[in-house]
Amino acid sequence: MVATFEPKQEYRVIGTRPIRHDGYDKVTGRAIYGADVKMPGMVWADALRSPHAHAIIKSVDTSEAESLPGVLAVATAADMPALEGKEVDLGEGTVNFKWASDNILASDKALYAGHVIAAVAAIDRNTAQEAIKRIEVEYEPLPSATNVAEALADDAPVLLLDLQGNDLGEKVSNTNMAAHNRHELGNPEKGFEQCSLIVEREFTMQMVHQGYIEPHNATAFWDEEDRIRIWTSTQGAFPVRKQTAGLLDLDESRLKVTPLEIGGGFGGKIPVYLEPIAAILSRKSGRPVKMVMDRKNVFEATGPAPGGKVRVKIGVDDNGKIIAATSDIYFEAGAYPGSAVGAAEQCVFACYDIPHTRIDSYDVVVNKPKSAAYRAPGSPQVAMATESVVDEICEKKGWDKIDFRLKNAAKEGTRRADGPIYPRIGLIETLEASQKSPHWNAPLDPDPDNGRKRGRGIAAGYWFNVGLKSAVNLSVNEDGVVSLVEGSTDIGGTRASVAMQAAEVLGLEAHEVRPVVADTESIGYTDVTGGSRVCYATGYAAFIAANNLADEMKKRAAMLWGIDVSDVHFQDGVFSSKTDPELNLHFRELAGKLGDTGGAVTSTGSVDLEDAGGGFGVHIADVDVDPETGKTDVTRYTVVQDAGKAIHPAYVEGQMQGGAVQGIGWALNEEYYMENDGVMANSTFLDYRMPTSLDLPNIETIIVEVPNPIHPFGVRGVGEVPIAPPLATVANAIHDAVGVRLLETPMKAGNIVEALEKENS
Amino acid sequence: MTTKTVRNVHVRTTINGQEMEFLVPPYMSLLDALREVVGLTGTKEGCNDGNCGACTVDLDGRIVDSCLVLAPEAEGKEVNTIEGMATPQGLHPLQQAFLEEAALQCGICTPGFLVAAKGLLDNEPDPDEHRIRHWLAGNLCRCTGYDKIVRAVEKAAKA
Amino acid sequence: MHPFEYVAPTSVEGAVKVLGEHGERARPIAGGTDVLVQLRGGRYELDAIVDVKNIPELMQIRNDSDGLEFGAAVACYQLYEDPGISAEYPGIIDAASLIGGIQIQSRAGLGGNLCNAAPSADGIGPLIVYKAVAKITGPNGSREVAVEDFCTAPGRTVLQRGELVVSISVPKPPKGFGAAYERFIPRNEMDIAVAGVASSVQLDSSGHTFEASRIALASVGPTPILCGYEPGSSGYDDPLAGKSVSEDSIAAAGKLARGSASPINDMRGTIEQRRHLVDVLTRRTIGLAVERARAAL
Ligand SMILES: Cc1cc2nc3c(=O)[nH]c(=O)nc-3n(C[C@H](O)[C@H](O)[C@H](O)COP(=O)(O)OP(=O)(O)OC[C@H]3O[C@@H](n4cnc5c(N)ncnc54)[C@H](O)[C@@H]3O)c2cc1C
Ligand code: FES
Ligand code: FES
Repeated sequence: MVATFEPKQEYRVIGTRPIRHDGYDKVTGRAIYGADVKMPGMVWADALRSPHAHAIIKSVDTSEAESLPGVLAVATAADMPALEGKEVDLGEGTVNFKWASDNILASDKALYAGHVIAAVAAIDRNTAQEAIKRIEVEYEPLPSATNVAEALADDAPVLLLDLQGNDLGEKVSNTNMAAHNRHELGNPEKGFEQCSLIVEREFTMQMVHQGYIEPHNATAFWDEEDRIRIWTSTQGAFPVRKQTAGLLDLDESRLKVTPLEIGGGFGGKIPVYLEPIAAILSRKSGRPVKMVMDRKNVFEATGPAPGGKVRVKIGVDDNGKIIAATSDIYFEAGAYPGSAVGAAEQCVFACYDIPHTRIDSYDVVVNKPKSAAYRAPGSPQVAMATESVVDEICEKKGWDKIDFRLKNAAKEGTRRADGPIYPRIGLIETLEASQKSPHWNAPLDPDPDNGRKRGRGIAAGYWFNVGLKSAVNLSVNEDGVVSLVEGSTDIGGTRASVAMQAAEVLGLEAHEVRPVVADTESIGYTDVTGGSRVCYATGYAAFIAANNLADEMKKRAAMLWGIDVSDVHFQDGVFSSKTDPELNLHFRELAGKLGDTGGAVTSTGSVDLEDAGGGFGVHIADVDVDPETGKTDVTRYTVVQDAGKAIHPAYVEGQMQGGAVQGIGWALNEEYYMENDGVMANSTFLDYRMPTSLDLPNIETIIVEVPNPIHPFGVRGVGEVPIAPPLATVANAIHDAVGVRLLETPMKAGNIVEALEKENS
Repeated sequence: MTTKTVRNVHVRTTINGQEMEFLVPPYMSLLDALREVVGLTGTKEGCNDGNCGACTVDLDGRIVDSCLVLAPEAEGKEVNTIEGMATPQGLHPLQQAFLEEAALQCGICTPGFLVAAKGLLDNEPDPDEHRIRHWLAGNLCRCTGYDKIVRAVEKAAKA
Repeated sequence: MHPFEYVAPTSVEGAVKVLGEHGERARPIAGGTDVLVQLRGGRYELDAIVDVKNIPELMQIRNDSDGLEFGAAVACYQLYEDPGISAEYPGIIDAASLIGGIQIQSRAGLGGNLCNAAPSADGIGPLIVYKAVAKITGPNGSREVAVEDFCTAPGRTVLQRGELVVSISVPKPPKGFGAAYERFIPRNEMDIAVAGVASSVQLDSSGHTFEASRIALASVGPTPILCGYEPGSSGYDDPLAGKSVSEDSIAAAGKLARGSASPINDMRGTIEQRRHLVDVLTRRTIGLAVERARAAL
């Protein structure tokens, strides 16, 4: 039975904006990130990567590299354990061991440009880089398939010869289609018959990257006891341990992973890439080995978000109700199966209450890096499709875009198209807040005097959020300050939001709880910082730990006062006797008197939360489009989102703003631009074109709070929702400005001009 | 053709007010020299090709991407990095404003933004929003969407 | 990166000597914003890099009644922070102030931009429409080359073994002259031109007739293109001379420029988009150049 909570209205710490605990280190340059790690005897390694998108590796000759002075060790796939046919659990369900291992160090085939073939450890970075140039690889290049259409063509080159595709339960071989799933609710065909308007559109989307500024890195040391220590920037130290141990076929407890500060992840720093290689090179060289990717490696060979095709068909009746909807979703998994297409199924119609739905999804392997999670994985792509079609329906019918969404909005009790029934959710409140927002009510001049055309767009989006496992340890210091140890790496201020939840329980100020992110030997198992789960689940664990700590402190107070523990009351940081008004001590005072009461006061809290309570957002954008060049600038932007309860509102706003801006970049410019030979042409920040400060207005935020009944403070995950709506929001705004609807991302200037020319001819 | 075919060069420079000498391979960037040789890891590497600004330092009063400066070019020059921004008396107003305005999330871009923003405020004490956005366009931040960074710089300018 | 020596001569002769010794295996470094990126990208290997910023001639700026002359290692900011140069050479400043971002402009200069000879270079077109000349010194002495004749292919120039550009000299524009540069980029800064156009016009005293003009295109051919000019030839077919300033004449120039472009498809844009942009940007830059010319009448 899941515990439910009645939200409080008033909090002391929650809802305030204290300075984050790790802030001082981060504004002074003292904070140690993965690439900053240094240790005695440390050497550098670099990897040789395939220049081909698809090739058979016929031979690898490392002898010349090995003989270069300064080279200490060389690693190839031959150094990985050979566990052909085995399945391993690397934290996200079982996977084919060979594929997982091959993605780290390719054995027989290179499946994308950037695929690691070999690696070299040397006395310094430059020597390692020079050494890898001396490795001779004989390739037999094969034709490549870098998108869904190419990969599913009849004559497509097959990437994985041992792949057994699952087509609605039937096994298929000799294919690039790893999986085809279906969800059906009601009878969509019958449903469409009742509709007075049906709009069906197909959208094509290019692969995009999370674009974190810090490249992947790992430092590993394999010692005499066959224990491996790893220092890395990761979204989860425990998952790094699990994956690396699995890939090296070792017991997990042989590994100790110390997470350093992490310079952004957005889902992309969950998989391991370098850790097993650095470990092998350390074993062979006897030295701590450090690896840091360059930016090109990051683009070419980490885990971007899938591009693909999404077809959406929605039918409405004359009363403004959606009667039926269907979707076909094709995602590029990258070189190995496992795109976010399953999550996309859950999101595609999540904002609406629709009686008849069908969703078909396809996971397709292509010659690109294996895709990974990227902030609300799968949701932005399908929101682009659904919300563009909804916009078109409203335009065609002359319906108000918010009223229509309100009329069809999912609410408590609605069955989501893929099955689950919603608990209390806040979409309606979010839509209502949008309707009342200053932005939505501001007049819009369609012909501003800068020669541009101005338009306004709106779209909604959803993310289900996750719970999973977290652990928190607390201990009381003599001065009343509480040390908090957690396993959740902090990418954006979660030390503060977790500490604040403990402080709220203990009646302390935010800065009186000192959070530390610990290594895998110093805290209980904690899942990744991802799925918008840290503030929710680790915060929940902190809540439990704090309550346990208060209970222990009650015992100590009872001991000091010589009364029964049942007589001790704790509220707002004060312990008191229920019967003797003279007996009361603040937490801080009591902490100073613990000397002879039985040693340190500590507590733990751990959770494994199955549900999380989904979140919804509604975005509004104004854009100026230059009709001659197609240049599109976002001139005003508002994010409205249900946060459940904003623990630290400034960091909630920050998530909303950051997610929206990543979505704006995705909408307008970002893409993997593949050359005909299957190589990414734009693997630099210069040509990948993420938004700069000059490309954006301030991002207005409106936090809606519909408390999540299954969290003690009502928290919902907030990190991922805000990247779902922007693609469609911008598309709808462009349509409003210049009258053309782009069925693709990125919506590049040239394509807007082309669409306008087509429209006018 | 080994890395030892060229001799290290001797560089004398002033870093954060402190005169310093060090030896580096002539092809080493100022960024790597700061991080690997001098031991100042506050300056970050995001791209190593001038596109992210994470490696921004002040070189003789101008902000530059230290990944696109060779360490020997710093000979006789003054280099100021994030580590030199706070004084024993306290944080620079920009650092304080970044904390108060929550202008950092992961924080990897923060040193670069702070050094760049200081370069602006040192010369233009009262820039408007557009000027701040223009000045900082060479610094990428993927977490914040820039809103809070711009506000923090505005706040520090007023302080 | 292949290890290279760092040499910092203090005289032109010193630089010429090292460059001559190493030939293709040495290159000058001015701001380094191209050469270091290309070295790291593995585009070429060097045995020596020649820092030219300690050579006085390459760092000087002279702006007087004869015109503007600046050393080949002068950084962009030194041009646009100079109020005199900004006022008198706005078309050059258009480019100097948009290359990269502030950090890049602290180092990158128009000399490096020219010598790098990228098809997309923003600085070269403006120099062409101002009739700038590159002053070159090498083992065999000094020579001058008009900027429109300087680039020969992507990344290739007229420079011979041991030669370097010492300075760029821009004649003083007469009364009635105006110029402007605009490029199209998807972002607003830190981006490479999909297409760029520099235009200059010489108006008669009434301000209503073109006496002469130049239109130079960026990112739409292997080298910068001066419309109406065959590199190396002596003839120049001025697109606007003698015409009255009107929407029609400007539109015709746009069409003509469009026809002069020979772009390719790549990640930054398509052939069709680039031709179209040349037309749009030509009209816009001529409009701005006319405005500037009239303001100075
Ligand atoms: C992030 C970023 C953004 C950029 N944005 C733009 C942009 O918007 N527009 C644009 O046009 N370019 C851009 N560039 C490219 C580059 O900054 C410019 O081309 C710049 O003008 C080059 O000048 P530099 O002084 O840095 O050249 P350097 O890199 O020092 O030199 C460039 C080339 O010229 C040679 N050279 C230098 N000086 C001489 C000399 N005196 N004689 C002979 N040869 C010489 C060098 O050997 C080298 O081959 C950008 C680069 C980066 C990294
Ligand atoms: S690391 Fe120097 S600009 Fe990115
Ligand atoms: S705070 Fe993470 S990149 Fe700026």
